[in-house]
Amino acid sequence: MLKDITFGQYFDTKSIVHSLDPRIKILLLILQIVFIFITKNIYALLLAFLFVLLSVIFTKVPIKIYLKNFKAILPIIIFTALINLFYTNEGKELFGFWKLTLTTGGIYKAFYFALRIVLLIAISSVLTYTTTPNDLTDAIERLLSPLKILGLKNAVHTLAMMMTIALRFIPTLVEETQKIMNAQKARGADFENGRLKEKINALIPILIPLLISSVRRAYELAEAMECRCYSVNGDRQRMKILKCSAKDLFAFLFCLIFCLGIAILNYLF
Amino acid sequence: MIKDSIIEVKNVTFEYSNSEKTKTVIENFSLNIVRGSFTVILGHNGSGKSTLAKLLNGLYKPDSGDVLVDGINTKDEKYELEVKRRVGMVFQNPDNQLLASVVEEDVAFGPENLGLSPQEIRNRVDSSLKAVDMYDFRKNAPHHLSGGQKQRIAIAGIIAMEPECIVLDEPTAMLDPKGRKEIIKTIEKLNKEKNITVILITHFMEEAQNADRVIVMNDGAVYADDTPINVFSDAQMLKNVGLDVPQTTELLLSLKNSGFNVDTKNISIEETADTILKAFHSEGI
Repeated sequence: MLKDITFGQYFDTKSIVHSLDPRIKILLLILQIVFIFITKNIYALLLAFLFVLLSVIFTKVPIKIYLKNFKAILPIIIFTALINLFYTNEGKELFGFWKLTLTTGGIYKAFYFALRIVLLIAISSVLTYTTTPNDLTDAIERLLSPLKILGLKNAVHTLAMMMTIALRFIPTLVEETQKIMNAQKARGADFENGRLKEKINALIPILIPLLISSVRRAYELAEAMECRCYSVNGDRQRMKILKCSAKDLFAFLFCLIFCLGIAILNYLF
Repeated sequence: MIKDSIIEVKNVTFEYSNSEKTKTVIENFSLNIVRGSFTVILGHNGSGKSTLAKLLNGLYKPDSGDVLVDGINTKDEKYELEVKRRVGMVFQNPDNQLLASVVEEDVAFGPENLGLSPQEIRNRVDSSLKAVDMYDFRKNAPHHLSGGQKQRIAIAGIIAMEPECIVLDEPTAMLDPKGRKEIIKTIEKLNKEKNITVILITHFMEEAQNADRVIVMNDGAVYADDTPINVFSDAQMLKNVGLDVPQTTELLLSLKNSGFNVDTKNISIEETADTILKAFHSEGI
């Protein structure tokens, strides 16, 4: 159950997208999300679809992995589609029963909104599949660095540190949860059967040991960090130097062309 | 000062206290660590050895007495980071010391805190990883490594700060025998090749074999302080403080007790085997 989380995973296929500056990737993702949201008609959205598809292909990550991601959010996509399908009263009425009517406008909207969600998920995955969590936190720290002028220097740095540590400890805690679950199972705990209330109660003997051990870990980690000369107020240097290159400029232009295309199509239709 | 000492512990007392009671863990304790030496501190659980370790780099401050690192008092808050840089510390659980998801970035954490230039950080990370034989794993995620490998990364993270001295607080307690060997080999290599002062705290006798000096602690005080051979051959003393006698010494002692003329001052398996062989030959067996 815990192994199925693919969102936020990194796939090292060494594509051109991998080699882009993570800061540029984040900015382009935000830009692209904005433009996917402001598409007004299906033509503009299809252009966005083309862009997302090309980006996905450029990452060299197998399409199968992207599709796996959609499986998890399929209920949301279907729900959105259904709501739009039956609550839109535009265009020609095809047939109706009880309070629900199916219209051509409804079909159009259902398709439109479902596709939009799919595109948003896919383009976000492009970022997370091609950027290591560390690069991401690093990029976020640097993108937020203008806030330092406002006297929020420690806040930005602390946030980045928290993200780094959280990412580092996810696999450790998953492993530990598994161990505790096995230990409780060996003592006769039953996590699979019973009513919802019983299942929730069965989780308590997992969560409490996990919480206690996390606190202990945090304490030990803090001591280890102190031993490595960490201080919140210190002037930290970074080993990695992030540099924008010609590739990043190219990616930016590529993205810009599609954004312009979407804007023009929005205007025309 | 007799010899050039890196750490001086002078009449230190340390106590844990909560609202109900105070417990003195270390009482009127003095110790000198010679620069470049390899010292092993032995003691059973609760003998105060971990507390001593944390006193050595200023993580804990003595309640009375002083700890001097390279002449700097650990109580001096102005030089707190300077003390921590000089005396690096490796703990028992490797999982709770690594904080980045990529090996090389974790090793870079210390030097980054020191505010060095990116190029200098890079050089130190590479040379530290090579020193612990983990350079090939620099792009890996820590949770994919074995316990011994993770602990070596933790050691690399410390030596990347170029400390004068490393204190290792039971670094092998959570490892399998293979991981234990890796760690001890790494520590001995660092001591010899990089001339880093090593203070190894442990309760595994075998790990003290190649040390310059063994200190046995009991109830917050020094119980014995001698070379490994002298300490280990004193079986009665070791048993008094609840430590196991090394298997080789145990064997030699029981041979001696049954009338064989053997020298009990041996630690390594090879030496012991030779001694036994010689004894058997002289008996005509």
